[in-house]
Amino acid sequence: MAKQMQAKLLEKIQLTKDIYHFKVQAKEIVEKSKPGNFIEIRVSDQTEPFLRRPISIYNLDKENGILEFIFQVKGNGTKILARKEVGQEIDIIGPLGFGTFKYDGNKDIAIIGGGIGIFPLYELAKQAKESGIKVNTYLGFRNRENVILESEFKNISDNLTIATDDGSYKENGFAINYLKRDIQNSKPDCIYACGPIQMLRAVKQLAEENNIPCQVSLEEKMGCGLGACLGCAVKTAKSPKEAPEYFHVCKGGPVFNSKDVEF
Amino acid sequence: MHHGTFGYGREYSDFFDLSRLGAIITKGTSLKPKNGNKPSRVCETPSGMLNSIGLQNPGVEYFAENDLPFLRKYDTKVIVNACGSSIEEYVELCKILNTLDIDGVELNLSCPNVKEGCMAFGNTYEGVKKVTTEVRKVLDKPLIVKLTPNVTNIAEIAKAVEDAGADGVSLINTLLGMKIDIYKKAPVLANITGGLSGPAIRPVAVRMVYQVAKVVKIPILGMGGIISGEDAIEFMLAGATAISIGAGNFIDPYTSIKTIDGIEDYMRKENIDDINEIIGIV
Repeated sequence: MAKQMQAKLLEKIQLTKDIYHFKVQAKEIVEKSKPGNFIEIRVSDQTEPFLRRPISIYNLDKENGILEFIFQVKGNGTKILARKEVGQEIDIIGPLGFGTFKYDGNKDIAIIGGGIGIFPLYELAKQAKESGIKVNTYLGFRNRENVILESEFKNISDNLTIATDDGSYKENGFAINYLKRDIQNSKPDCIYACGPIQMLRAVKQLAEENNIPCQVSLEEKMGCGLGACLGCAVKTAKSPKEAPEYFHVCKGGPVFNSKDVEF
Repeated sequence: MHHGTFGYGREYSDFFDLSRLGAIITKGTSLKPKNGNKPSRVCETPSGMLNSIGLQNPGVEYFAENDLPFLRKYDTKVIVNACGSSIEEYVELCKILNTLDIDGVELNLSCPNVKEGCMAFGNTYEGVKKVTTEVRKVLDKPLIVKLTPNVTNIAEIAKAVEDAGADGVSLINTLLGMKIDIYKKAPVLANITGGLSGPAIRPVAVRMVYQVAKVVKIPILGMGGIISGEDAIEFMLAGATAISIGAGNFIDPYTSIKTIDGIEDYMRKENIDDINEIIGIV
């Protein structure tokens, strides 16, 4: 059950020139949140920009009721959000999305994220690790300048592989190449992915070829985030081409079993 | 009232008691299930948004079995927005709706996002009169007809609704619009064009309510970018007997409640005892 609240900004950390890490007091949302959930933020009480901004949850501090999210400044909405100061209140609805990351029953999992898609994977990795699951994490970035949250992910992973597209930091090339290499030796119980659509397509294919369950967190343009407007459609895998059927990222997702969706 | 954008109510029942609403108008419902359009289906525009959902809905049978019992738990009127692609389909659908425990039907003659139907009937006097007349014959429940603003003379079309014996007219549906991604050099919406809603269209909606109020005697349900009590009052002064909230629900789930409270505040400030005193006085 989602809540709307005015959440006080407690801490604001600038990670790169356009990526911000916010910590807000949002006990009621934190209590109900699961890994993979997202929130919708209204950045202004005016009508410009009009829609809320869907942003994934990075970390849940259940003890202190603190919700953490990280976002990149991409347009007008995130620009306004980035200007919020510590002490100010932010209009948040959450947690949203009934499709969340499920890890119960797994012993050994692989987590793969690309660029700003790594954020929703953190809480998943953290909770999985806390429940005794072996967590192998693969993170891909464009280059050295874009590498973020390395030590954070290191702390909650049994193995962390970082790759850069241009090889300027750690492994060279796409993160998926290293996941592909490692699953030759031992197959994880499940692969969890979030990142650019090309990466997600490659991960879906890799998982399905190797008969490994795979959960992907998807993105699509959203209207409401509540399941009312039916805007954020994603094609179901089993529907016929001539009459495609759709799930909605905000409600059925944002996390789906890769076999259920076509993207 | 709540309009179209409200799903079948469940999505908002987390936030407030739906019984506070005068009525809930469901999203467009058709005889058979409709899958809707390809994504992307929505995009933001200045003080508004474009949508091209394509009337995705589970069909009237599913609605009757699954959503109507839920809505009926609340003390609010349930009005079903009915869509079709031919006169026969509208009639068939309304025959079924006539048997359901609902309070009325809003005939959707105005969705800009489906190729067949809707708009085709909605933009001429003859088209609106014909389909409304045929539906009227099979529907005993209150009948409202929702009009498209994408016409030259809205007052003439609204007259067709009255002449065909409908009980009310609702306006406006979305304005046809388009957004282009200048870097991809392509339309943002997969359907190329979509319906514009939100505060951006409010002045157009107020103008049309005003024009229609001058020529019809049946009540007008006004809508188009209402997000506050002040906005609602504007529509009432222009001639709307009731108002409804659409896109405003997306930015704040409490928009309808705040609007109701805002209307009451205005009445107190202006010493108005009965809201009917101000309807259409401009």
